[in-house]
Amino acid sequence: MRNFATLTRMRVRLAFRNKMFFFFVLVMPFAFFFLYAGVFAKSVPRTVGFYLGPLLAFNVMGSFWGLSATLVMFREQGILRRFHVAPVTASDMLASSIVANYVLTLPIVLVELLLARFLFHVPSLGNPISLFLLVSVGLISFGSLGLVIASITNTMQETQVLNQLLWLPLIFLSGATFPLAYLPRFVQRFGLFLPATYLVNGLQQTIVNSASPWSRYVEIISLACWALLTFFMSAQLFRWEPESKIPRRAKLLVAATAIPFLVLGVWENRSDRILEEARSAFVSLNAPASHGGSASH
Amino acid sequence: MASSVLQVENLTKRYGDVEALRGVSFAVEEGEVFGLLGPNGAGKTTTVEILEGLRTPDAGRASVCGLDPQRDAEALKHEIGASLQATSLPDKMRVSEALWLFASFYKRRRNPEELLKRFGLEEKRNSFYGQLSGGQKQRLALAMALVNDPRVLFFDEPTAGLDPQVRREIYDVIEELRRDKRTVLLTTHYIEEAERLCDRVAIVDYGKVIALGTPRELKARSANTTRIEVRLAKPASSGILQKLDGVVDAREVDGSHVLHCQRPPQAIVALVKHLEAEGNELVSLEIATPSLEDVFIEVTGRRLRD
Repeated sequence: MRNFATLTRMRVRLAFRNKMFFFFVLVMPFAFFFLYAGVFAKSVPRTVGFYLGPLLAFNVMGSFWGLSATLVMFREQGILRRFHVAPVTASDMLASSIVANYVLTLPIVLVELLLARFLFHVPSLGNPISLFLLVSVGLISFGSLGLVIASITNTMQETQVLNQLLWLPLIFLSGATFPLAYLPRFVQRFGLFLPATYLVNGLQQTIVNSASPWSRYVEIISLACWALLTFFMSAQLFRWEPESKIPRRAKLLVAATAIPFLVLGVWENRSDRILEEARSAFVSLNAPASHGGSASH
Repeated sequence: MASSVLQVENLTKRYGDVEALRGVSFAVEEGEVFGLLGPNGAGKTTTVEILEGLRTPDAGRASVCGLDPQRDAEALKHEIGASLQATSLPDKMRVSEALWLFASFYKRRRNPEELLKRFGLEEKRNSFYGQLSGGQKQRLALAMALVNDPRVLFFDEPTAGLDPQVRREIYDVIEELRRDKRTVLLTTHYIEEAERLCDRVAIVDYGKVIALGTPRELKARSANTTRIEVRLAKPASSGILQKLDGVVDAREVDGSHVLHCQRPPQAIVALVKHLEAEGNELVSLEIATPSLEDVFIEVTGRRLRD
């Protein structure tokens, strides 16, 4: 436990000294924030509110970029080996990455929420407990995904290719960039197999409809299970040495991380609940009566 | 033998088609500086990393402080200190932070401030790792290896790639550890390092220990012979040179002929006569007292330099 705490503090400290960190964790999210709020939503409070969930999801999911890149760099440069001859365990290393990322990203999310509320006058930020739970399970699960990616790629180049391959569907087919209801039906159906869709929808419903944690239990529990599973897999697949081989069972283990959302996707495709929710949020946004801001109601 | 701090019996390890270790055995006693000397790729690093618990041998046994490096990896790591090859720290980590961080991992620890002073890193305490010179990085690596006051130290090629002056600094540090009666396992491909620093040396080649003893013992093998190294204007056959009066052994190594002679004066006279008769000429001639290099050449027929 003590190793984990000191490693976490070290990771946070190193992040603040890293220019890349400033760009990806501070500059990029706020650039996107102003792009969504100012340009997509044209500063209309209710529209900003509609886009706020997808935007937060976007930032939360981005965790896997930084975590995978750092871990691969640590392995390639032989930094992990140095920790390996000391009494440091793989879980110390992995858990400290996740927690450091959590501690660093949470304030950004908070600042975005405050900007939305006070600069763009979003009428309501919804249920704070649901928000907190969804952002937390999102950060832990997508962070762990980054750690798995680091373990199943050998070089930084491979890591970035895989990151890109995962990132594009996650942001374009989940409602994080284009509203889900706006996408063709078959894309919406495909989106139900992606963890991103549940994070986007959960956050959007929380903000737009002030959804309680109980009403968002599907999203919260499915992402929490996925977080546990991916973290467990990242510990199984962890490699200290740059030249150590990816274990043969890796493919199997990685396939296993897709199971929760394959099952949930089949289930949700039959019920249409999530697609309905996304549609009604989108429709109410465009309903003529709703224009002009709702703060005065 | 059972009381040896480090014990290695018949270790084997292969990477794909490459047999890195083909039955390595040796034992290191408490308070001894023990060297593994050999060319790159001889299996030194593999041996050390098995002892550190970083790699698993295919077969054979290893024990460090009575612990099995694979089964008791956690306990082992508290007992050992290591400077590895091919390792680094995050560029933006400060020198003192690195020492304090690693100290925090151990139950038993030394004061990092004292180590900073001892390794001459006080001035650099707030520098980022990425800004350090090669020598400073290596001194930090050695300081970090001592941070848990370990029973056994592993230094894998501690001076590789350093310039001669920095290398001497590192030697001073290791000699100090030797005076402290620390148990050290050191790998090197520098002869002078092994001769100067080690109480005993195992010469390793192609995954096997080919000679083992104190530097003096090893050199004594060639003590009654003198090495004469000659370069000739025209090629000559070692077979013929070997038959010259006073010459025990002749080999061609990197384009020179290395003659091991029991009676150097006779050998030189015989050599000059032979060359005259052949119409060949001496380009250079060097006479040297035997070193570990000669032991290596004798056993393997190759030079140690890579």
